[in-house]
Amino acid sequence: MPMISKPLSSIHQHGRLKPRGASAKVLAVQDKRQTRVIAFDSAAYNYGGGELLSEVSLRLAPGSFHFLTGPSGSGKSTFLKLCYAELLPTSGRVTLFDREVRGLSRDDVALTRRRIGVVHQDCQFLDHLPLAANVTLPLTVAGRSGPLQDLTDLLGWVGLGALAGALPPSLSGGERQRAALARAVIMGPDVILADEPTGNVDWEMSLRLLTLLVELNKMGKTILVATHDLNLIRQAKAQVAARVLRISKRRIQLAGADL
Amino acid sequence: MKLPTIPTILAADPQADRVVPPSGAAARLTGLVAGAMAFLAVFALALSLAAGRLADRWGEGLARTATVRISAAPDQMTLQTDAVLAVLAATPGVASSRALSIDEQRALLAPWFGPDLPIDALPLPQLVEVIETAAGYDGEGLRQRLAAEAPGAVLDDHTRWRKPLVQAAGRLRLLGWLSIGLIGVVVAAMITLAANAALAANAQVIRVLRLVGARDGYIARAFVRRFTLRAVWGALAGSVAGMIGVSLLPRADAAGGFLTGLGFQGAGWLLPLTLPLLAGVVAFLATRAAALAKLRELT
Repeated sequence: MPMISKPLSSIHQHGRLKPRGASAKVLAVQDKRQTRVIAFDSAAYNYGGGELLSEVSLRLAPGSFHFLTGPSGSGKSTFLKLCYAELLPTSGRVTLFDREVRGLSRDDVALTRRRIGVVHQDCQFLDHLPLAANVTLPLTVAGRSGPLQDLTDLLGWVGLGALAGALPPSLSGGERQRAALARAVIMGPDVILADEPTGNVDWEMSLRLLTLLVELNKMGKTILVATHDLNLIRQAKAQVAARVLRISKRRIQLAGADL
Repeated sequence: MKLPTIPTILAADPQADRVVPPSGAAARLTGLVAGAMAFLAVFALALSLAAGRLADRWGEGLARTATVRISAAPDQMTLQTDAVLAVLAATPGVASSRALSIDEQRALLAPWFGPDLPIDALPLPQLVEVIETAAGYDGEGLRQRLAAEAPGAVLDDHTRWRKPLVQAAGRLRLLGWLSIGLIGVVVAAMITLAANAALAANAQVIRVLRLVGARDGYIARAFVRRFTLRAVWGALAGSVAGMIGVSLLPRADAAGGFLTGLGFQGAGWLLPLTLPLLAGVVAFLATRAAALAKLRELT
């Protein structure tokens, strides 16, 4: 099965799947105007049984590639949820596209999420809809539609061109992960967040997914991948200027060169 | 937030419809409940309208009339009748009065004794019909004057039996409308429960929709449209079934003319057709409120 039949950049450069500010020129302008897409200022999150994250301060610049690592239960998923406003910080500030999440209405949160593609570990599909409808779901809820050719190209890009009509329960773990990635990028988001995207797939599939993420990053997307797979991180650092954040003792630090 | 409105509900959005799983006992229950309730509401409506007609008829038709019944020996009958007519003519509040003829009295008794009744051979009382003015007369004063001038005369102003009947008919009409109101409340409650159940059962669907950037209004619209249309179609089926049922009831003529019959008359037949619209509005409001509350709770 061909994994990448067509570069995503070529898919996004024509038709409706073109991301917001898709051309390199527009992205460069965005970079100058916006120095951070996600920012944490002394943010903390408390589940009620004590703080899971404390005093988190960081900036994710446009076009950056970050890995987030740490032991299970350390708060990686919580951090990602704070990044797309599924959770609100219990103290401190989280800013998405220069707007503090606390000040966002529910509609604002929905609109902000259209600029953030999320790949969950469990993918989260609507099981009654075929794969193609699941992938285009962000367009559907936004009241938009894209040319069929773009969808075909997108599914081909993630190697699922032959499975457009399949229902999610019939897909393998790797297919679901790639479908989730296709859904995450269909709106042309500025940021891609991936929570353990390689958690349920073999090494070969992990590398394929990594290749897709790297290609997205080269298009100017901001990428943040939560993973505990250090081999994947090492592999990525060979391809892209990725930085590694590590959660340790409830705080997030920039990891050293030991990775 | 862009909330679902009735025009947006009526405007079909196949894409939005598809995001909510098509099956669901809750949605089917909504149609069933709306149908059953509309069926009952048709009968409550028919009862209420019939009771209203009855109350109006008894209230208006008999309110301004009274009867004086004269029981006397044959040789006294004419004298007492003349005396009664003279008293009535001099009584303020009496518009007119007249003694019923033998033929009129025979016609009154015919439904009970048949047309061949030998009325001349029976010691029947003489009846005098009294029509009141709008201001009415003093019943007690008239009774006393009649007792003085015509000892065999008894004033029957129908009050004794008419008032309870009018009251009963009025209350029956009120009960009919109350029943329709209760049916509306039950429909709203059942649809709210069904909508909540459907929303809870689809919590994962809602979570995914929120994740990919769906606004609350979009999600609510998908559920509200489904439940509203189910309620409208269910209520339409129930209303039509109810109307067929009412049309099969015995006609008013068969009840001897005393009862006006439990049914609709003329344009009244159009009233049950408003029930599906009412059910739709109730379902729309109930589901929208439930959906928005549940959405705030779920995400």
